[in-house]
Amino acid sequence: MTTVASFNIDYLQYLTPNGELVGDKKPPIAGDFDKLKSIYELMVLTRTFDTKAVALQRTGKLGTYASCLGHEAVHIGIGAAMSEKDVFAPMYREYGTQFYRGVKMSEVLNYWGGDERGSNFSGPQHDFPWCVPIATQCTHAAGAAMAMKLRGAKRAAVSVVGDGGSSKGDFLEAINAASAFTLPMVLMIVNNQWAISVPRKKQSSGRTLAQKGVAGGLPSIQVDGNDYIAVYTAVRAALKRAYEGKGATVIEAITYRLSDHTTADDASRYRPDDEVENARQFEPIKRMRKYLMNNKQWNEQLENQLIETCKKEVNEAVDEYLSAGNPGVASMFDYMFEDMPHTLEAQKQYALALEGSDSEEKSNG
Amino acid sequence: MAKVTLVEAVTMAMDHELGHDKDVVIMGEDVGINGGVFRATKGLAQKYGDDRVIDTPLAEAMIAGMAVGMSTQGLKPIAEAQFMGFIYPMVEHIVCHAARMRNRTRGRLTCPLVIRAPYGGGIHAPEHHSESTEALFAHIPGLRVVIPSSPTRAYGLLLAAIRSPDPVIFLEPKRIYHWSKEEVDDDGEEYPLDMCYVIREGEDVTLVTWGAMMKETLEAADKLAEQGVSAEVIDVATVSPLDMDTIAESVAKTGRCVIVQEAARHCSVSSEIAANLADQGLYDLNAPVKRVTGYDVIMPLFKMEKKYMPTTDRILKAVNQVLEVS
Repeated sequence: MTTVASFNIDYLQYLTPNGELVGDKKPPIAGDFDKLKSIYELMVLTRTFDTKAVALQRTGKLGTYASCLGHEAVHIGIGAAMSEKDVFAPMYREYGTQFYRGVKMSEVLNYWGGDERGSNFSGPQHDFPWCVPIATQCTHAAGAAMAMKLRGAKRAAVSVVGDGGSSKGDFLEAINAASAFTLPMVLMIVNNQWAISVPRKKQSSGRTLAQKGVAGGLPSIQVDGNDYIAVYTAVRAALKRAYEGKGATVIEAITYRLSDHTTADDASRYRPDDEVENARQFEPIKRMRKYLMNNKQWNEQLENQLIETCKKEVNEAVDEYLSAGNPGVASMFDYMFEDMPHTLEAQKQYALALEGSDSEEKSNG
Repeated sequence: MAKVTLVEAVTMAMDHELGHDKDVVIMGEDVGINGGVFRATKGLAQKYGDDRVIDTPLAEAMIAGMAVGMSTQGLKPIAEAQFMGFIYPMVEHIVCHAARMRNRTRGRLTCPLVIRAPYGGGIHAPEHHSESTEALFAHIPGLRVVIPSSPTRAYGLLLAAIRSPDPVIFLEPKRIYHWSKEEVDDDGEEYPLDMCYVIREGEDVTLVTWGAMMKETLEAADKLAEQGVSAEVIDVATVSPLDMDTIAESVAKTGRCVIVQEAARHCSVSSEIAANLADQGLYDLNAPVKRVTGYDVIMPLFKMEKKYMPTTDRILKAVNQVLEVS
């Protein structure tokens, strides 16, 4: 018998949970403290936002919301590694990536507040909106990458799925497409250990999820998803490879969903409390703060100032969201087609007539 | 001017658009050097290269998903489902994304894509190669569902579909791919979507159909003419959104209507037309609306497919029923 193929999956970590640098080779970003401080600030802002969004839902001011608690390093790491010209294809909780790219907090709230205008967000206009049908965003990203390739652009598409999403056909078909067409893309698996109530081990008996990329012939690695420096470095390298026309990379980022799946979920039904408590010691924000403090780049006073600033910013976003009003009845019809069929126009007129001429909603349309 | 078949007209339209719009790309299984299993893309890969006419891995969801992604980024993909029976892995992308991208992003991203699929029975094909499930797509808001029934309309409607800023499901009645030849001028003139075409004028009864059933419907109209009955024949062409005005106007003139479709009867395009006639045209009708359709059964394998499909005789029987009502 001869071995015709073999593979290994590397695991990348730079920052230990105690905020200490490990490894022989220090990436340049590890010494760029101005940048790391701004990243830390965005991580804290994202968590402040997330906490507020959950509170808004609990008080009836927001619909079901998917929390990103504990995902701040991986999400913001993706955002910081990407350039504006790249295309981001998220699932539905990558707010950190999106904030980095210019999406506004009020827009995220609009979306979960039941308003389509939320997906007409700020930031790069070519980015995909949130994608609820699991893993379908992966083939969209492959299509976007194909468009870039056909046009000879030095750009790339980045998709995100969870550990659950890595079981789906679209993720595997996107890997295959990226391989067959040598597409400029990065397929991220944000493995937070739980797909609602189903644990990682029930998705696959494979030792890693990253190795699914190997089946498609793609370089595939695992990174510590609670380590911003590792995520950023891995995604940056994968993007560089994509820009150079060398094709796609699969990156599995290991993190932990510290929250319920969404506000409609109660994880205490299926997940032991001590597992969550244990996971907290690995969480990304604490780790980054320790690193900055260990290097005399951060202190209690800066922390307190930051918390105040973040609260203020989030409250402003909430005010903006709460004052958005309804999109209006006409808006249900106006974006169905560029040229509205006359049958639909008739339905629109009927619906508008039901509203009456003094409708409050109309004025907000 | 060349005399071409329906499938050749399909090729002509794609050839024209590939030549005139650099954003147009074709993708699918076997669409490249092989030219498609029905030769609908014959010669196009050789002419435009494999960057414009792309053979894909055998993965229909991927084809549709990539078409969604490509179209949001400014390309105009024409994706082929090799047979309509294989379109179902694409449905998630068609329904959850292509149909709603414009609406859910308030017009920020759009999906100007075409999904082409040969459909319908009558060619002695294997299982899953003969169904007519256009109503599945006609039910989905945000989609256009277009079905040609002649070479000229195949050329003009496909041009319009490719140029449409919104997604179009373009279903090609493969039983009549080679039925008739027509002179088609490759002039880039499109046939507008969202409208029905009156292809034969008449006074006594309106026959409404689309796709391959046009063949039997026209044969029925010829036989009726021999009996002194003047039938108006309408090609629905765009089955969603439906141009009821043209159908209702015709029925206002003739007072009688028979709808002919190959698809199963329940919750079908003919149901929608009949319901609209009951609403818009009841007082114009001199007789009940009759439907000649496939049965509500699984499309049989080819030994029995002719028994499933509406025939000229079944159409004539229905027409005679509506003519008998005075």
